[in-house]
Amino acid sequence: MAKFGLSQPLRRIEDPRLLKGGGRYTDDIALPGAAHGHVLRSPHAAARIRSVDTAAALRVPGVLAVITAKEWREEGLGEIPCIIPLKNRDGSERASTPRGALAEDRVRHVGDPVAFIVAETPKAAKDAAEAVVVDYEVLPSVTDLDAAHRPGAPPVWDHVPNNIAFDWEAGDRAKADALFAQAAHVTRLTVVNNRVVVASMEVRAAAAEYDAGEGKFTLYAGTQGSWLVKNLLAESVFRLPPEKFRVVTPDVGGGFGMKLYLYAEYALVCMAARRLGRPVKWTSERTEAFLSDTHGRDNITLGELALDKDGKFLALRTRNYANMGAYLSTFAPFIPTGAGTKVLASVYDFQAIHAHVLGVLTNTVPVDAYRGAGRPESNYLVERLIDTAARELGMDRIELRRRNMVPRSAMPYVTAIGQRYDSGDFAAVLDAALRKADWAGFPARRAESARRGRRRGIGLAYYLEATGGSPTERAEIRFAPDGMVEVLVGTQSTGQGHETAYAMLTSHELGIPIDRIRVVQGDSDVIPTGGGTGGARSLYSEGQAILATTATVIEKGKQAASEHLEAAVADIEFTPQGGRFSVVGTDRGVGILDLARIQRERAAKGEPATLLDAAEVAEIRAHTFPNGCHIAEVEVDPDTGLVGIARYIVVDDVGHAINPLIVRGQVHGGVAQGIGQAVHERTAYDPESGQLLSASFMDYALPRAEDLPDIEVELIEVPCETNPLGVKGAGEAGAVGSPPAVMNALVDALSDDGVRHLDMPATPEAVWKAIHGAKAA
Amino acid sequence: MLAPPSPVTVEIIVNGTPRRACVEPRTTLVDFLREHLGLTGTHIGCEHGICGACSVLLEGEPVRACCLFALQVEGLSVTTVEGLAPARGELSRLQNAFCEAHALQCGYCTPGMLIACHDLLARNPRPSEEEIREAIGGNLCRCTGYQQIVDAVKLASGQEAAHG
Repeated sequence: MAKFGLSQPLRRIEDPRLLKGGGRYTDDIALPGAAHGHVLRSPHAAARIRSVDTAAALRVPGVLAVITAKEWREEGLGEIPCIIPLKNRDGSERASTPRGALAEDRVRHVGDPVAFIVAETPKAAKDAAEAVVVDYEVLPSVTDLDAAHRPGAPPVWDHVPNNIAFDWEAGDRAKADALFAQAAHVTRLTVVNNRVVVASMEVRAAAAEYDAGEGKFTLYAGTQGSWLVKNLLAESVFRLPPEKFRVVTPDVGGGFGMKLYLYAEYALVCMAARRLGRPVKWTSERTEAFLSDTHGRDNITLGELALDKDGKFLALRTRNYANMGAYLSTFAPFIPTGAGTKVLASVYDFQAIHAHVLGVLTNTVPVDAYRGAGRPESNYLVERLIDTAARELGMDRIELRRRNMVPRSAMPYVTAIGQRYDSGDFAAVLDAALRKADWAGFPARRAESARRGRRRGIGLAYYLEATGGSPTERAEIRFAPDGMVEVLVGTQSTGQGHETAYAMLTSHELGIPIDRIRVVQGDSDVIPTGGGTGGARSLYSEGQAILATTATVIEKGKQAASEHLEAAVADIEFTPQGGRFSVVGTDRGVGILDLARIQRERAAKGEPATLLDAAEVAEIRAHTFPNGCHIAEVEVDPDTGLVGIARYIVVDDVGHAINPLIVRGQVHGGVAQGIGQAVHERTAYDPESGQLLSASFMDYALPRAEDLPDIEVELIEVPCETNPLGVKGAGEAGAVGSPPAVMNALVDALSDDGVRHLDMPATPEAVWKAIHGAKAA
Repeated sequence: MLAPPSPVTVEIIVNGTPRRACVEPRTTLVDFLREHLGLTGTHIGCEHGICGACSVLLEGEPVRACCLFALQVEGLSVTTVEGLAPARGELSRLQNAFCEAHALQCGYCTPGMLIACHDLLARNPRPSEEEIREAIGGNLCRCTGYQQIVDAVKLASGQEAAHG
């Protein structure tokens, strides 16, 4: 399988500069003469804005402008849009929740932007924000998902009855119902998929400048793809041609889905730069990030699993309430619907699946894609259901899974929800994980823990995820005058090591040394289109574009070599190892870098010469299905309720691993986030005031080094059949498999205490109550 | 509204060189480094001392540069991530180990992590896994899951790293 130059744990190209403090993140950009913006945010979860008085703020020394919805409207600016159309079950369109960058007459969550104050320094802008007088009429609010769709709940939007923004379904209801009617056993379970704050270590920031002569904006912001932000600014906010916007994404300090979008602040720095005729910069504070970055998850889902008398799955039905927050964010309605439900079959054979999804509005920060985006939620439900069914039936949980897994021989396989899996060897991956985890030896470890007064449990989750994203991707290869080969890409690294992966791939195809390759990303003026990074799409999408482009470079190179070597094109061959064009059957040839230089010099002199530069757009015809098995062992202190992760094993099939070092890093990081969601991260709103109580790192528990175990990763490469690289994607996988593995282990640990289910996050308080409450009952 | 306080001149020895700037008295050390000296390698992650991204060495001891005013360290010696490498164009043993073990992804927490690990190794040349996890316990990373950082510190201290 291994190709020359690929499959190597190559050290990352981007590391040296990041290790020396040479990374360049958005806040590091100091535009000459820049003014600084501060966002005044709503302190209320729901209120009517009676008036906004900016007079005192404008008198604060150093203040240049105070922008409110009034100025936004006067400039004729449009919406920060949700771009996902969705049909309800009755055929009507989903509700709309229109918003500009600043709240006009109503605020709908704590943190909703109300005014943008621009001053000579960030401190002056912040001082002035305190002098803005907003007269609020506080309204009743609802932040809890389960409460929000009940009759009588306070309306988040007056035109949306019961706060239901959409009511959507997929799958075959009639067939599923018929199978449930004949089932020997039905398992029902309601699970909470807790709201998670994304909390990239780099907060969001933006800086904009405006060229009045050209009427053109340049925005610097940490995005996951400059082009979506550019297009939404042009089409939806400013209603100007896209060429009037240049979006530049520098180094990005983590994204995880949250940095995909056009945010209000990005539009505001552009607007303010144009009004003031000077650059304007804004950098979020951490608590502001908690109140304004999109959150993830927040579902309550009823799952029903129908089985026959032999434990064979018949059908799956789900009813999922998904919290959307106060506004429908850019992709939000897609996450629990199209994105989440497509993996409901996971790796199992069902005859029918029906999914019913209700999007619910609440007075909370909008929810959107977070690492996995819908697929972790579906996998969590399915894997918890299977463990619960095994317990109810008195069956072994491994055997129940094995009995229902799609065999490798069935590939390609179309699931009951309509996805076509191209490849996978689920049984082999499962077996490898059981061996690696020494599943059979667990009773001894449990007994040893018990001697120390601890409850030990083991849990397994088989996950399957479906990657996604833009259906095309572009690559361009340029032989630059400085001797470097530039690879221009339309994806965006936020820490995944794209520079290294793409350089490895280009080097492999063209035989160019890695240190002569420079990957260029993020500048929408330099790169005309790009699909950005999200849905673990980058390597399989951009990889295909790079392959298409290197093929064109080789074709052009053959033409150029025929000119240079004075031979027929048909007689020129290219050898990637060494990167050499040669005349077949002779020792005459030329290296690709020399050839590119010679051709460029000839062209510069006005001589006819075929250049080797090329660009291609690849059509991404099929998505991929990374899958794997996670096994967690937890140890619980029954006196404190504290959960420790004692062991963690992952066996993954992410297809061909181009750089195993990077793949492992991705899996570790995803598992860490999943463990965080399962046992640490609790997003708490006060039910009365609607305040976000966990709005800082003192109140919101991100996992720390002492909270996490060694994570053992093994890769089994079952090549993807739908792309020439055989890659499936590794970015999201860890976060998909880990929450159910941990919670299955925890329920196993507490099974003797009578615990049958526990919702995330399993904080010490929740676990202690489960142990002692279950005993009392 | 109070008038802003008058600026003051602050001199700090940064990475061995005395550096001076005229700043508002409320300027934090991290803003002094980033905004006034252009040393943007030190990052701000939370502004309240919880995440460790802004860690620097003050007279050799790790501190949170977001929780100190520049004025408080007048005349003292500060080492930032830019000052950790032995020479221009080179990496320290620890930095090299971070690269080798893939101990960084987005790189945002990395400067603070390096400061914490540098300090650990100065105090304890062969730390155990537990000691390493404790030493970086005050530094948040959202990308790596920490194990590869632990591995890097082991490598840098001449110990065999764990599995992948």
